[in-house]
Amino acid sequence: MTAEWEAVVVGAGPAGLMAALTAAQGGLRVLLLDAQPAAGGQIWRGAAAGQRGKAGELLRGVASHAGITVLSGAEVIAAEAGGQSHTLTVSAEAGLSHIHAARVILATGATERFLPFDGWTLPGVVGAGGLQAMSKGGLDLRGVRVVVAGSGPLLLAVAAGLRQKGARVLAVAEQAGLPGVAAFGVAAARLPGKAREALELAAGLRGIPYWTDAALVRANGDGQLQSVTLRRGRREITLACDFLAVGFGLVPETRVAALLGCPVTDAGAVNVNAWQATGVSGIYAAGEVCGIGGVDGALLEGLVAGCAASGQIERLHDSPRRAETQRRFQATLERSFALRPDRLPSPSPATIVCRCEDVRHGQLQGFTNWTAAKLQTRCGMGACQGRVCGPACQTLYGWRFGGVRAPLAPLPLSQLLAEPNTLSPP
Amino acid sequence: MPELTLEGVRATVPPGTTVLAALQNAGLSPLRHSLSGGARGALCGMGSCYECRAVVDGLTVRSCLTPVREGQDVWRLEVNCDG
Repeated sequence: MTAEWEAVVVGAGPAGLMAALTAAQGGLRVLLLDAQPAAGGQIWRGAAAGQRGKAGELLRGVASHAGITVLSGAEVIAAEAGGQSHTLTVSAEAGLSHIHAARVILATGATERFLPFDGWTLPGVVGAGGLQAMSKGGLDLRGVRVVVAGSGPLLLAVAAGLRQKGARVLAVAEQAGLPGVAAFGVAAARLPGKAREALELAAGLRGIPYWTDAALVRANGDGQLQSVTLRRGRREITLACDFLAVGFGLVPETRVAALLGCPVTDAGAVNVNAWQATGVSGIYAAGEVCGIGGVDGALLEGLVAGCAASGQIERLHDSPRRAETQRRFQATLERSFALRPDRLPSPSPATIVCRCEDVRHGQLQGFTNWTAAKLQTRCGMGACQGRVCGPACQTLYGWRFGGVRAPLAPLPLSQLLAEPNTLSPP
Repeated sequence: MPELTLEGVRATVPPGTTVLAALQNAGLSPLRHSLSGGARGALCGMGSCYECRAVVDGLTVRSCLTPVREGQDVWRLEVNCDG
């Protein structure tokens, strides 16, 4: 059937780029879809094919391979698994398209976990990775005062990156304790080829206070962020700043996987076997969507998924050993930055939890699950469809986010009314 | 460098800039008001949170996912946003 792609890769970050290139090297005709305007994902946002290193190398490889078609600015809004052929519906500037594929590789990455606290809806309170992304998108940070807070190694990478763009990073406030953070530092520096990267990061952070065991109390301001209050031990500290860059780790982005019926672990990641195959025939997953493990793990999983999808098993002779190293690193990462309830921000009854529908903590506390809360309060029913408040409610109330359904993104009426075309291989 | 119009004012921005960064650098804050009237700005920077929606050439888009282009006409969601 000529209308069918041999493989469609969803997401053009490290895992997706690697999976697409590997599958194409194995002879498959590949379509690489990405919602962002340009390939690279979050970690390689703004990377150019001309640059040195792994990002440039992969972007060049993908752009120059005749077997790969790249479609940027294309968001999957519906997906249906079939026995032999799967169907994705994507929304792009040109309208809606159907895509039929024998194999699908999900590399949809992760989003930041946001937790509600007083003042978090003020303009100026942004994601940690969010501010990094805005800066790469052209936001001028020269001389701007930033407090970085929350949890995870991303905070450090962000602090170093923002400073390089001219920001004055006043402090990095981490909820985890020093022993965990130190254990992570040792594990990260021991990864093959990572010692130099760790030293460079340390140099980029020199002079920035890094506070472990620190709790975020509230953001202060009237219509715009003016300062941030943190707690260290029994002492509260208020820092005047222009941006609070905050994130409490990453959450696998499993929406497309959910529509396809792929089983998900208790930790909220897509369940895969040693070949990155999901529980659904012909559907693979790679990278952060299978669990948060960083760029090296994502590249390895992309390679494995690409090989498995195209039958190049001989290329995977040393992948079990590499995968074991990655798994150990991932376990250390999880342990080191596990969220500790006594260090997390505590919302007051008036704190907004669902930003789209302005649903407050006091309205949600009485419910026992996501569905009941959603039906009664409209929590999670706004434009973002629970992308922000879903993970927050999971951490705050222990609810499992559910009810993912198409369309995954709000669509303009003009797109809904037009007949979708079918995007076929060239 | 692309020249666009931000709420009626012409601005020249470097290519590769997002419409969100153009709005932020021009000091156009807040981007919107919430249902209960609270001032809001961009949050996630990657297309998930929908806080950065703006009207570009008459269409509501996520401004963080929208690159600047020559001649764009950009407005915040509420025209009478006075901060």
